[in-house]
Amino acid sequence: MADPILELSDVSLSFKGLKAIHALSFSVERGEICALIGPNGAGKSSLLNILNGVYRADEGHVAFDGERLRSIRPGAAARRGIGRTFQHAALFSGLSVFDNVLAGLARHSRTTLVEHALGLPRDAAEARRFRAAAEETLGFLELTPYRDRIVATLPYGIQKRVDLARALVARPTLLLLDEPMAGMNGEEKRAMARFIAAARDERGTTIVLIEHDIGVVMSLSDHVVVLDYGRKVGDGPPDAVRNDPAVIAAYLGKPH
Amino acid sequence: MPPALATLSGLGAGRRPALPALPARTAGLALLLAVAFVAIPLTATDYWYNAILIPFLIMALAGLGLNLTMGYAGQASLGTGAFMAVGAYATYNLLLRLPELPLPVSLAGGGLIAGAVGLVVGLPSLRIKGFYLIAPTLAAQFLIEWIFNQVGWFSNYATSSAISAPRLVFLGHDLSSPAGRYALTLTSVTVVTVVAWRLVGSQTGRNWRAVRDGETAAAVIGVPVARAKLSAFFVGAAVSGIAGALWAFAYLGTVDARSFDLDRSFQALFIIIIGGLGSLSGSFIGAAFIVLLPILLTHLSNAALGGALDGGQISNLQRIIFGALIIGFLIKEPNGLAALLGRLRRPAC
Repeated sequence: MADPILELSDVSLSFKGLKAIHALSFSVERGEICALIGPNGAGKSSLLNILNGVYRADEGHVAFDGERLRSIRPGAAARRGIGRTFQHAALFSGLSVFDNVLAGLARHSRTTLVEHALGLPRDAAEARRFRAAAEETLGFLELTPYRDRIVATLPYGIQKRVDLARALVARPTLLLLDEPMAGMNGEEKRAMARFIAAARDERGTTIVLIEHDIGVVMSLSDHVVVLDYGRKVGDGPPDAVRNDPAVIAAYLGKPH
Repeated sequence: MPPALATLSGLGAGRRPALPALPARTAGLALLLAVAFVAIPLTATDYWYNAILIPFLIMALAGLGLNLTMGYAGQASLGTGAFMAVGAYATYNLLLRLPELPLPVSLAGGGLIAGAVGLVVGLPSLRIKGFYLIAPTLAAQFLIEWIFNQVGWFSNYATSSAISAPRLVFLGHDLSSPAGRYALTLTSVTVVTVVAWRLVGSQTGRNWRAVRDGETAAAVIGVPVARAKLSAFFVGAAVSGIAGALWAFAYLGTVDARSFDLDRSFQALFIIIIGGLGSLSGSFIGAAFIVLLPILLTHLSNAALGGALDGGQISNLQRIIFGALIIGFLIKEPNGLAALLGRLRRPAC
């Protein structure tokens, strides 16, 4: 069991003196679905931003796959296999669903501008490979009917799924999902939970997600980390966290 | 729905609208090329070549260059005139100093040198975003124009600031007749457009559009943002550079930095705003509009008002019309005439 893919030790982050994350340590096992929960402003999104290099931690360190990540930039995180979706599905709005997913493969591209301009064989081969991978991911997430639609014209729930497809197509080892079900109805949430579970079960992707819907969190995740005001107040399997008095006090409110 | 079924039904749903559109588009394009390469040379007069066809094609190419940088990659630029000037002077110097090079090589070389200058001008885009990027490109526009006027080496120490272009010869054919210059322009524009079309459909083009639509998201998912921006400046400036060389050699017959001033940069900008940002055909539609409108206005005023408007009034009228159109397009149809025409063809969408 003890095969951590991600280990945080004493990570702190502050914005102009305001502490957003305070000496946070936890680890994520390979192949698990780990949920970060906590009230708004608890530092969950900031933590994801540290993990993929958008922010830099003031103190402490993060180890990914046994290697310490130091002052990593977003592109470098992606190249190491850390994928990410966004709270507001920051898709490339003028591109089709298919092109958005293809853009997710950018970090795997080994061809050059000249090859693209002249359509040399290596470019053609790579383009074929990329299209096949994108088609496969569209099928996996049941997005094929929307393949040629411009994403700006799609309903929000579908856009969130395209965001997931764009991250999954690059086969990340670690996938960070920032509120993948925000703003969805019950049916859309169940579908998204099914896709997230399938990404882990069928592709072995380790997933760290932020989610507010406690029902979804408890049924989907193997491991829950609870944050409150930048501090960790709970860490363990869903059932243990659910019954932890400190967690209940900080976040879940009065016991059911 | 199981994934297999979804894939099957998706094939039907996704491809159906594309099927009739594709052959129609190919046929349209083939017809256009047939007209341009065969029908026009059989019928056109020198007036058509000099006043309409050659300037239209060259400005379409200049607009296309800016469209790659600005319309596809989202990097604002007012340096098109400067890149055209670099292309023109570079080609002139290649023809002058390396006369053994065939004309297409000198032309492509001029484009590559303009691209290299574009890359340097694009360096601030790594730190400056959006509208503010106009400032460094504007500085480049003034600086480059000034350099060509001041440093005599570029114009081979000509006494006049307008130097006459060397004769255009390719494979023993003299291309200095209007039909020859048209053939040179059309061939160059076609080749460059095909390369641009390949690029925008490739991973490079996708990276450009990803950076345009969401730079942070693009960086996070692993799009090489810096490379995308610089390559967009390089390719855009190279295309505009070739347009500049053609402007000097196939249209004006002289190389003159004054014909590549800020007005030229604005003209390219108007072409892509009216024609369509992020659309290859939009560059051509916009150029046709901007080249034809003044001619149309002159004819209209002569026919309707019996020449009551003089040339100055017509050119003022023209500015008013362009200004109003640009404001109108930016508010109502940021994707320009290309999108408008696209909707007319497919009213269902």
